[in-house]
Amino acid sequence: MSSRTNVSCLHEARRVAIFGGTHGNEMSGITLVNMWKQNSAEIERNGLLIKPFISNPKAVEKCIRYIDTDLNRAFTPENLSAPDVEGRLYEVQRAKEINRMFGPKGSSDAYDVIFDLHNTTSNMGSTLILESSTDLFNLQMVHYIKKAMAPHTCLVLLNEHPQLKYSTTRSVAKHPIGLEVGPQPQGVLRSNVFESMRTILKHALDFIEFFNSGVEFPPCTIDVFRVQERMDYPRDTNGNITAMVHPHLQDCDWEPLNRGDPMFLTFDGRTILYEGANTVYPTFINEAAYYEKQQAFTTTCREILAANAIRKAFK
Amino acid sequence: MKAVAMPTVSRVAVCGGTHGNELAGIYLVREMLKKRADGTEPVSVVTVMSNPRAAQLCVRYVETDLNRCFTRAALSAPVSETSPYEMVRSQELNALLGPKASMQAVDLLCDLHNTTANTGLCLITYSDRDWICLHICKHLQAQMASTPVRYVHFDIPLNEAYSLDSVGKHGFAMEIGPQPHGVVRSVIFSAMQEGVQLMMDWICQFNSGTLFEGGWVDVYTMVKNIDYPRDSETHVITAAVHPDLQDRDFCLLHPGDPMFLCFSGETLRYRGKEALYPFFINEGAYYEKGVALSLARKRRVQIPSVL
Repeated sequence: MSSRTNVSCLHEARRVAIFGGTHGNEMSGITLVNMWKQNSAEIERNGLLIKPFISNPKAVEKCIRYIDTDLNRAFTPENLSAPDVEGRLYEVQRAKEINRMFGPKGSSDAYDVIFDLHNTTSNMGSTLILESSTDLFNLQMVHYIKKAMAPHTCLVLLNEHPQLKYSTTRSVAKHPIGLEVGPQPQGVLRSNVFESMRTILKHALDFIEFFNSGVEFPPCTIDVFRVQERMDYPRDTNGNITAMVHPHLQDCDWEPLNRGDPMFLTFDGRTILYEGANTVYPTFINEAAYYEKQQAFTTTCREILAANAIRKAFK
Repeated sequence: MKAVAMPTVSRVAVCGGTHGNELAGIYLVREMLKKRADGTEPVSVVTVMSNPRAAQLCVRYVETDLNRCFTRAALSAPVSETSPYEMVRSQELNALLGPKASMQAVDLLCDLHNTTANTGLCLITYSDRDWICLHICKHLQAQMASTPVRYVHFDIPLNEAYSLDSVGKHGFAMEIGPQPHGVVRSVIFSAMQEGVQLMMDWICQFNSGTLFEGGWVDVYTMVKNIDYPRDSETHVITAAVHPDLQDRDFCLLHPGDPMFLCFSGETLRYRGKEALYPFFINEGAYYEKGVALSLARKRRVQIPSVL
């Protein structure tokens, strides 16, 4: 028996952006966006305005993560409301421009959906990143993508942590989605990673087109990994790391880490064990860009989110 | 082959951080620098962080690739305050560890590198008849159970040899992959640590008069580089290394084998006439050098006993 009373009616999603190069050395998104800027046939959908966009062109040109500061941490309320001043950090200026073009963040004029394309050196496979456990549109979209990608696995990371959540480039939109595919070294384009990301986006755009055409998506549940804690490397008094991710943990993103499991291996061969009370599911294990952010890996816990049925609201 | 008597290898240099984002060598050199020499070592080892500024910033280089600054021309070029940092640094390193092609140069220079390519451990050198380097390779191959060890040869005369290892009387780059730049993987670090230790063990035994039996070593000699297919106007790459070739360093590539998968879906195949061995497949730092992969010919080289 379908519960007709429990269908959430949501606004049409008309304006969609695909961001590549938020980090200038994460090559899948940069390559896809440049390809689609030249020829957009593959991403065109009925009734949708889809804008492929290079978020950090200066960093892309130099094939580095950022010029002055990480763009994907720059969309704070302070930065977005700061006055235009000479000598401002490049990425802060860029964040304001992006907010003007695709926002303003939090307003009804903002783009409906932004997909932000990322790569990681971690063995995370294809990961969809959500910032809210209550955004029904996003929950239904990731459910659709996971089903469509099967048997290829697509996992969902939820970062709703009050302190660890950060102000992402995509947060300008009403429905932000991060696509994180790895492992891939910075500055490298791997064919399998590229094609996975391309296929995820194809399914995502299909979902939006179906939704806009009036298709109702039934209630569903989604397995997610919820961000808990950042774990840093052991360091000396000068701040240099004194150990590496242990070989038993390396590449084991999403697998359970229990108390007593090896976690780090010091340079002189000593094993450091995980001593947390509960089983956690680590991710972003040994991401190159996170050494400077004091993050060897992030712990998560597993959760099942439920989403109402959704359909487009009639005008 | 008759046994060959060779001079002791009394001065060794171990260099890391020639590229500032190749972390296994950087951390290994830092660890080695922590251990103070107490004068009882059988071999004098100088441990050097080659490009400290790049290592500090965790970038390959600050202004220009240090590991291309060791040609005779680069080492003798006049340098000033406005010269690129790495040009100045290469001359400093040459003064410290060389001068290249002189009697004062260190006997053996081992330069530690990482690559994003799936190369295993490679000793990369300019000679296919340097018995010291070939014997060290043979020793590592025999002793390193879980890491493939190969000898890669670039047939370039000494004057034009451009890398740091060419400064020593004997020298090689010890290149280990796969490892992303800016990351240290414990398995890679351990392999590098083991490789350096085995090299030092061999040198000590050699210096103390041990005879090392000759034999055969497979030598991969670089033949050519292959670039990505690129858009003729924008020069942007139009394909990625084909999934069938990705990570298959040192697996024979035959004419007709897939090489690139275009973004358009087309497969581009190897059009050479000769089956060759690919290596440095999809090295991150080589996009800007126009190299998607390198191709080598393999041959067995007979090496004499040495003492």
